[in-house]
This record gives sequence, C-alpha cells and structure tokens, in this order.
Amino acid sequence: MGTIEEKFKILSGRGEGALIGYITCGDPTPDHTLKIAEALVDGGVDMIELGIPFSDPIADGPIIQRATMRALKAGTRPIMVMETARKISEKFENVPVILLTYYNIIFRMGLENFFSIAKENHISGVIVPDLSVEEALEYKALAERYDIDTIFLAAPSTSDERLKKIIEFSSGFVYLVSVFGVTGPRERLRKESIDFVRRVSSISNGRIPVAVGFGISKPSHVRSVIANGADGAIVGSKIVKIVEENIGEEEKMLLKIRSFVRSLKKSTLKQSGLTADRVPVSL
Amino acid sequence: MPKLSEYPINGKYGRFGGRYVPETLMSALIELEEAYLSAKEDEEFQRQLKYYLSEFAGRPTPLYYAKNLTKKLGGAKIYLKREDLAHGGAHKINNTIGQALLAKKMGKKRVIAETGAGQHGVATAMACAALGLRAEIYMGSEDMRRQRLNVFRMELLGAKVHPVESGSKTLKDAINEALRDWVTNVRTTYYLIGSVVGPHPYPMIVRDFQSVIGHEIREQILEKEGRLPDVLVACVGGGSNAMGTFYPFLDDLDVEMYGVEAAGEGIETGRHAASLCAGLEGVFHGMRTYVLQDEDGQIMETHSISAGLDYPGVGPEHSFLKEIGRAKYVAITDKEAVEAFIELSKCEGIIPALEPSHALAYAMKIAPNLSKDDIVVVTLSGRGDKDVEVVAKYLGVRIWER
Repeated sequence: MGTIEEKFKILSGRGEGALIGYITCGDPTPDHTLKIAEALVDGGVDMIELGIPFSDPIADGPIIQRATMRALKAGTRPIMVMETARKISEKFENVPVILLTYYNIIFRMGLENFFSIAKENHISGVIVPDLSVEEALEYKALAERYDIDTIFLAAPSTSDERLKKIIEFSSGFVYLVSVFGVTGPRERLRKESIDFVRRVSSISNGRIPVAVGFGISKPSHVRSVIANGADGAIVGSKIVKIVEENIGEEEKMLLKIRSFVRSLKKSTLKQSGLTADRVPVSL
Repeated sequence: MPKLSEYPINGKYGRFGGRYVPETLMSALIELEEAYLSAKEDEEFQRQLKYYLSEFAGRPTPLYYAKNLTKKLGGAKIYLKREDLAHGGAHKINNTIGQALLAKKMGKKRVIAETGAGQHGVATAMACAALGLRAEIYMGSEDMRRQRLNVFRMELLGAKVHPVESGSKTLKDAINEALRDWVTNVRTTYYLIGSVVGPHPYPMIVRDFQSVIGHEIREQILEKEGRLPDVLVACVGGGSNAMGTFYPFLDDLDVEMYGVEAAGEGIETGRHAASLCAGLEGVFHGMRTYVLQDEDGQIMETHSISAGLDYPGVGPEHSFLKEIGRAKYVAITDKEAVEAFIELSKCEGIIPALEPSHALAYAMKIAPNLSKDDIVVVTLSGRGDKDVEVVAKYLGVRIWER
C-alpha cells in the first residue's frame, strides 16, 4: 500500500474523510508556493495536489487558467515544481504530495525520466486529466516500477464497464469528476454528483478510496460527498481564488487560506448516526 | 503490413493519433465513432451528403489546367483543383456539411465549432443554417479584431460568435474553449471540429469528408490525361485539404505527395507555424502528433501571414505519413507565398487564398525541374478575396485612400 492509501486508512480509522487541497505551483510566483502549502497544512489539508502549469489546460475553468498563466509568466518550470514538492514533503512528512499536470509535460520530459525525478522528489502520486486509461499502458507500468500512485479520473458520463477499468488502473484513489464541466467553484452540489459518488462507491466496493473534485468549494459540499460514501474531497479553484484575490497582501492571503481550509476540514468528520440516506443533497 | 488507406487502426496512425481527452468526453467520442461508422454505411445519409455537396456546395469543383503558369515555368503540367469555387470560397464546406448531417442524425441540435480566421466558422454557420441547427462559434478575440468581416458574416448566417480571451486569443485557444464547452454540454452538443486534428475519430471523419477532393481529382485527371498525377501538392495547417487530397492516392506509391507548411518569417527566426518541419512529437488537443513546443512541453505561439495555417499542431495522419516517408513536408515563407499569390493572380486570373499560395509557391519551385510530361496537381483550397487587405498591407499598398 502506498502512502496515499495509508493516509486514507488512518483518516478512516479516525472517522474522517480526506481533505485534498489543490494549488498551482508558482502562482503568483515560485516564492509563494511553499508558504501557501504551509497555510494549507496548518488549516488541515491531509494531502496536497500540486499543479505543474501547462499552457493549454483544457480541463480547467477561468480561475485555474489564470493561475496557470501567472505561474508560467513568473517562470515556473516542471523541474522547479518537483523540487517544491520535495520541500513540502520534507517539511510535512505525513502529507503526501500529488502532482497534477497535462500529459504533454510528462511526455516531453520522457515518461521514465519523469517518474524517476518524481521519485527522487518524494512525489506520492500523479493525476493527468487528459490521459485516458486506453493510452496509459506504458505510463502505468513505469509508475508501478517507481512506486508512484496513478490516480485516474472518472466522470458521470463514464460507463460502469469503463469505471471498472479505471478502478483497476488507479492506485492511491480514484478521482471523481463530480460534474459535466471544467474546474471551478459551483454554488450547489447537484443530485447527479451524489448519485455518481454512490455509483462509484458501490462498484469499487472499498477496493480503492474515492475522492470527489470539480466544483467542491464549500464545507457543505465536502460534508455531503463524504456522507454519501466518498473517502475524500478535493478543493482547488476556491483556494486558488483566494490566492488571486490577495496578490500583494501575502499575510492576508495565508490567513484566509488557513481559515477557509479549517472550515473545510471540519466538514470531513463523518457524523455518527447520520446515514447517507438522511443527508440532504443540496445544501 | 496493412494498406495505408486502412488507417487509423484502433484510432491510431502508427503511434500517432489516439484519444487524450478528459474522461468526461470519452463516452461521447465512442458514441461519435459508432454514429459515424453507421452513417458511412447508411444509404440515406450518403444520398443526403451527395445531394448537399452537389446542390448546396457546388461540387464537383473543376480540375483546371493552368496553361499560362505551366508555359511560364516551362516544366511539368500544372493542374489546379479549384476548391476556391466551392460554396463559401474554400474546401471547408465539404467537412461542415458532412458533420452537420451527422450531428442531425445523432439528434444533437446545438453545434459548436472553433475558428481561426473565420473560414471554418463561416462554413459551419452555412451548413447549420441549411440544416436547421443552432451554431455557436468560438473565436479568439485577437482573431475577431483582425477578421471583423468574417465575424459579421457568421452573424448574418445566424451563428453566435463567442470571443475567447484566454491564452494567446487565437485558434489554439478557441479550440481549448470549444473543448471546455463540449465537456460541459456534451449531452446536447455536437462539436464540429474544422480540421483533421483532435482526438479519434475526428481526424478520420474530417479526412473522409474532405476526401471528396482527392476522389474528384482522380476521376478528373484520368479523364483528362488518362493517368494518375506524378505529384500532389497541398498546404498544411491542421492539414484537412491536404489529407483530403492525399488520402485517395495513399496506396498509389508512384504518386508523390508534398505537404507545404508555413515558414512564416523563416524557420530560423522561430516565427513560423511549421509543426512537421520544425516541431517535436507531443500530445496536444487530444492527439499524439508533431507540436510546436518549448523544451518543457509548453505550446508555442505561431506565426504565418496566412491565418489558416497558424496552428501549433498538425493532424496525426500527417505525422504518420512523414514518419514513414510516404509524404514529404516542406515549408514556404510569407514572402514566397505572397509572390505566388501575385503570380497566379496575374498569370491565370485567379486570386488564391494565402494558404494554398504556400502550396503554389512550392509547386512553382519544383515544376521547372520536372519533365514536360509530368503532371502536378495543386489543391487550391480557397479563394483570396479575404486576403487582399492582408497582402496590400504586407506590400505597403494603401488600398483605402489613394
């Protein structure tokens, strides 16, 4: 079992779901990332998803697109992201760091080279939103050789048959894309998202943790997905938005991130006696 | 070894192509492939396609013997495949009619498309108006500024044009935004992509619909000359008119093929759009192919005087044909293209678009060295009215006030 699944297991033993916080590395500048990561951990994230900026992020909405552009403009390079990941994991040994990037970044680096550098820099897992399981044979084999988790995405449009394949290819957890759309905060959590969480949970049947992302931006969303069977929640755009709104006011930025994350983390506690069926869907 | 015309095999052209998209789109791509394969065998669909291609788009287009140009160059016989005479003034309509019919067959009422200079957007708007579909076009705000006339043209045809403000605000960003729309609205929306690019099955679908160009060339040249051509030349941005020209001849190994990319201000200046000649293998817009990118894999901005060639990727089948050496890929600068643009206008009375002016320029380079018995076919993928202002500006001619 890798560090990510261990983390889920420990949390589950404590009656908690996992909170995974996403930030784009290098946003607004490479100097900020370590401090923002510290604020995330202070606030209570259990794992950090660190984005390597890519010029054409087709799965991302406007907030993360802008973060990506700021990071690239500030000179962020893939190798710097790896080194930042290492610094984070050295400082917070029990917080797994997961990389998120688009496939061309990995392809250009060379698959083997990418995983070898990732291993050296203590990366626990990798998420690639534009890599389907069909194209991932060599990727999967190399990740296994370097003992790095491969987290694949599943979407509401994914058939049960494909879902089984995605579960089989994934390690660490399966990333449930809760909505039809790109990343970005949503006001409400929709019933179809909850139905999807239940569908995947019943198919995976505890074989691998599932975490829900895309549109998860409020404590109530986190509470709801966890109450309905998810093992974790992933929050990205809302955190990145706090970064964006407080550029130039670093102390305020970090304070706001800490307090927002704290409110999310509280919502990961599994409430005893409240079964999934009785949790209201749209909060 | 499979025949070249049998590709794609499992969605791939050798190692190129494939499906590199967010999971949300995977089931839509599988559904699209099934719908297309069934349409291909469906007589009623084929009858409608044929009807619209002839009655609406004006096909077949002529294969014109450019006798003045041939005489002037003193070498091979040059024929022009007159896609400039198709409805809308370019080959784009061949694909948009085909895909719009497919969208209709699939029961999708909303069609989205990307456009660079506006040619594909206009062709999409035309096909959708004819077939009663709602068209929404993504266009970079920078491109909208440069191509105001085409924006209005799309609006006249009933389409809604969405400005794209992200990234470089040009074609690649318009594709990004169309993909994001599709991820969001995939259940109700058909994405009508404009070239032989993107995830499988798009490169195959667009190639097949554009193959009407090559099939007609074949029939027409056999009628006129009693044999196949020696050389085919076509320009390559995404590569749809070239793929449509080449495909019916892939297994005729005696027919040489040249794909002509945009060298812009010169490959050595870095300001160009020659993905096959100067790019690296990568994964972009859902496909594995040659891509203009930096050493980290970030996609680069491109330059060409011709907006239609201004794209950092290229269709995966071209990457495959380059790899196996079946087609050769070369590049022509802005300057050479403008010279060919002027030459054809004066010499033959045909103003070509700047895109095929690249193909012409290359044909004009090789024709004098070929024998008088050789036959070169150049696909004239569009007419040049849209480029007159750009050329005037390039030459420093003030056409509005003199």
